[in-house]
Amino acid sequence: MTDRGGGSAPAGQPVLRIRDLVVEFDTPDGVVRAVDGVSYDVAGGETLGVVGESGCGKTVTVLAVLGLLPRRSARVVRGEALLGGMDLLRLPPRRLRAVRGKRVAMVFQNPMTSLHPALTVRHQIAEALRAHDRGLPRHAARRRAVELLDAVGVADAARRARGYPHQWSGGMRQRAMIAMAIANEPDLLIADEPTTALDVTIQAQVLDLLREVRGRTGAATILITHDLGVIAEMADRVVVVYAGRVVETGDVHTIFHAPRHPYTLGLLAALPRLDTDRQSLAAIPGQPPDLVRRPSGCAFHPRCGLHRGRNRCVAQSPDLATVGPGHRAACHYADELAAETARAAGMSAAEPGDGPGAPA
Amino acid sequence: MAGSTPASAIADATDVAPVGRVGALGRAPRRRLLRRILQTPAGAAGVSLTLLVIVVGLLADLLAPTDPLVPAGPPLAPPSPAHLMGTDALGRDLLSGVVYGARTSLVVVFATGALVLLIGVTVGTVSGYRGGRVDDALMRVTEFFQVLPRFFLAIMAIALFGPGLDLLVLVLGLTSWATLARVVRAEVLSLSQREFVEAARASGASDTRIVVLEILPNALPAAVVYLGLLLAQVLLLEASLGFLGLGDPNLVSWGYLAGQAQRFLRVAWWLSFFPGVAIAFAVLGLNLLGDALTDVLGGRR
Amino acid sequence: MTGRYVGRRLLQVLPTVAGIVLVGFLLIHLAPGGPIIALAGDSGDDEYYAFMTAKFGLDRPLPEQLATYAGNVLRGDLGVSYIQGRPAIDVIAERLPATLLLAGTALVGSSVAGVALGAWAAARAHSIRDLAVTSAALVLYAAPVFWLGQLALLTLALRTGLFPVQGMTTAGGPETGLAWALDVARHLALPALVLASQEVAAVARLTRAGVLEELAADHVRTALAKGLSDRRVLVRHALRRALLPVVTVIGSRPGHLLAGTIVVEVVFGWPGLSRLLLTSVQTRDTPILLGIFLLVAATVVLANLVTDLVYGWLDPRIRYR
Repeated sequence: MTDRGGGSAPAGQPVLRIRDLVVEFDTPDGVVRAVDGVSYDVAGGETLGVVGESGCGKTVTVLAVLGLLPRRSARVVRGEALLGGMDLLRLPPRRLRAVRGKRVAMVFQNPMTSLHPALTVRHQIAEALRAHDRGLPRHAARRRAVELLDAVGVADAARRARGYPHQWSGGMRQRAMIAMAIANEPDLLIADEPTTALDVTIQAQVLDLLREVRGRTGAATILITHDLGVIAEMADRVVVVYAGRVVETGDVHTIFHAPRHPYTLGLLAALPRLDTDRQSLAAIPGQPPDLVRRPSGCAFHPRCGLHRGRNRCVAQSPDLATVGPGHRAACHYADELAAETARAAGMSAAEPGDGPGAPA
Repeated sequence: MAGSTPASAIADATDVAPVGRVGALGRAPRRRLLRRILQTPAGAAGVSLTLLVIVVGLLADLLAPTDPLVPAGPPLAPPSPAHLMGTDALGRDLLSGVVYGARTSLVVVFATGALVLLIGVTVGTVSGYRGGRVDDALMRVTEFFQVLPRFFLAIMAIALFGPGLDLLVLVLGLTSWATLARVVRAEVLSLSQREFVEAARASGASDTRIVVLEILPNALPAAVVYLGLLLAQVLLLEASLGFLGLGDPNLVSWGYLAGQAQRFLRVAWWLSFFPGVAIAFAVLGLNLLGDALTDVLGGRR
Repeated sequence: MTGRYVGRRLLQVLPTVAGIVLVGFLLIHLAPGGPIIALAGDSGDDEYYAFMTAKFGLDRPLPEQLATYAGNVLRGDLGVSYIQGRPAIDVIAERLPATLLLAGTALVGSSVAGVALGAWAAARAHSIRDLAVTSAALVLYAAPVFWLGQLALLTLALRTGLFPVQGMTTAGGPETGLAWALDVARHLALPALVLASQEVAAVARLTRAGVLEELAADHVRTALAKGLSDRRVLVRHALRRALLPVVTVIGSRPGHLLAGTIVVEVVFGWPGLSRLLLTSVQTRDTPILLGIFLLVAATVVLANLVTDLVYGWLDPRIRYR
């Protein structure tokens, strides 16, 4: 009856393919194009890190895929989101609902507000189970909920589950959210800034949990964050987003060692490091762009060190071009960047595996 | 795509919707405020209705065709060019009655408003600024006054002391300040925590100075908005009392006119209709204005 | 629900009740002519005055008077209505049921209808039906209740004869049993509808605002992401939380509702407390007036208490504080 997709998508095969997604919002200041032609794939078993500043569109992309955007003010202008053979953006509501929480599950940023304050934790997880298995009796659902909480490392789960979210600590709440997300063994798990609202020590625990879950279920994961340290630790491949566009993609080692887009370089350079003599943080100059009045040509050019007044950056928006095996960047002068970073040995990126203690 | 669903009702207030321009929501200058209010249909209607009542009330002597207490035509005459709102059982012009009724309402509303504002702002400010035991005690008192049934207390007072405008204003004022005090307190509380208060205190300003110059001007807008809604309630209360014949016998009020109409309902619908419309307009105007102001001043900070 | 929470709330009620009794006491003593006139009338009957003075301890020091008065009130002794020649409490009790019937019907009906309408409107915010509900609510909320009553009388009763015009029962009609109940219901319909419409407007407005705000909450987004149906999310997730302020508002309406009931009773000739109240005002029958005032105040306090308890049930965070 129910489609048991399970986390059993064969590794290497794309689980979700997003193609040329464009999302617009109506705001009092005008129409904002939050997502401007984003395309990326997530393959079975891999963790895709999506990085960018706040407001760059990384969250809006996945919300659009799941149909969770406000209908009145947001609209998908064009694009596809293919899960297996289905285009999620064109599914009728009932079928989309069957996908949500079952084949694609999401973990949100703030566990305190994301959980219903007046329903017990056990109830909320059981609800997720019963939403996709009508025949599941209540006591069985409750039992399974407790098992799930146990599996994600909640101590004394049976007793705790009967409590309310405000009685749980932040880390535990996020564990509960994860338990809720994996309850129906989704093919794809989307984690939107899962650790941003947590203390640093708890962050490590939650990331460990995510890694464990990933290993156990084999689900594909989209990990959205602005924290490069998290990316370094968890991601297999990386997508860098700026102003609603993908500006660079590649596997995590390449991105960290040999970035080919000035924005990526800027993000990496802005990481505080203990092993240099530099006294001040090398922040990217300027402000994120006004999405109502986008800069012409390349959206990054007003803040780009590589631009140097050259006209091409202002006139033409660069497309994603291949700059290496499995590595693409959207910059007219990506080769120059390669040469420069090779030269400037002192200004290099963080090593992957540096650990989560390096806040972006 | 999906039909209208609660999913789609998720407001732009979520942190997901990007804002085209990051702008600080400071206190909007007056002129722009007015224009923004007038831009919404609700705001425009609210302003017009309220202004209409105020103007009519202020210019009552000029606008009323005749003295409302003196017979001016045939009794119980339906609306006609001679008497736009008809006449009552004694032949008195209803239009004049309604016009003077506006003035009575103005007086009641303004006087009560002043009293409520005075007490409410004082209590709310002291409570919010001082905090601690003072706040607790004052809030207890405020809660108590919120519970008192205004209508019945007013009736009892009128029975014991006789009907009259001053008594009415006193009773209504003394029993209506509680919710305003709460609103003010909430504003003052949040303002007291802001940095500019710290800064003022650090530069040696006395408490009174801080309160009067820094806090009050920022807390008053919210208070005034709430006051508008509160005054609408007061209007309705006064009208009900007038309807029951418990208002000031020397003044013509809309409620009183409606009360007189009760006996003649079968034969003279206009006697009940027009005073009621007047009240509804005034109350609607105040409510709409209050709503529009709330929206414009930013419900969410 | 923890007994401790209930107990604590009950305890907090006491000072309020004390305060109300105090207010009543003050009013009697501030009235022109002094307490003896207020309580015993201006008949000039010295023997009666002496009796009342002794009963209420009016020749004793004030604190003692207050205690005696409080004691009397709590025992249900509100004095004797010298106009009617009977204990005030009996007179009031006679008229009370009719008022309670009217007010109660309006309260229940308006709360249910208001919540339903508000949620319905919020689910399709800014649509045609939302606009219709919001506008209607706005107008109803602004209209004075006696005007609505008179309009209803004019259009629905006098012209069309659909509903009876006055009173609670038809003169010479059935006195007992189902027929009587139906007769009462027919008379009840219009006044209750008028009274309820005001309340519905207020409740619907607030529910709509609350639900709208809740629908924007993160936990609603989570619920949708889990794959729950829209109806389930609206009712079990958003509405449950949105009801909190609504419950508070419904709980704060009894005072206003009772005031409206008095007015509606006058418009429709409903034989409740209103006639008694107005007569007592004319004759300055203080025990009756005081009795009604204390009764209404007690009702409001009770309503607040019930509201708090329901609130605690709806929001577990409150109980555990």
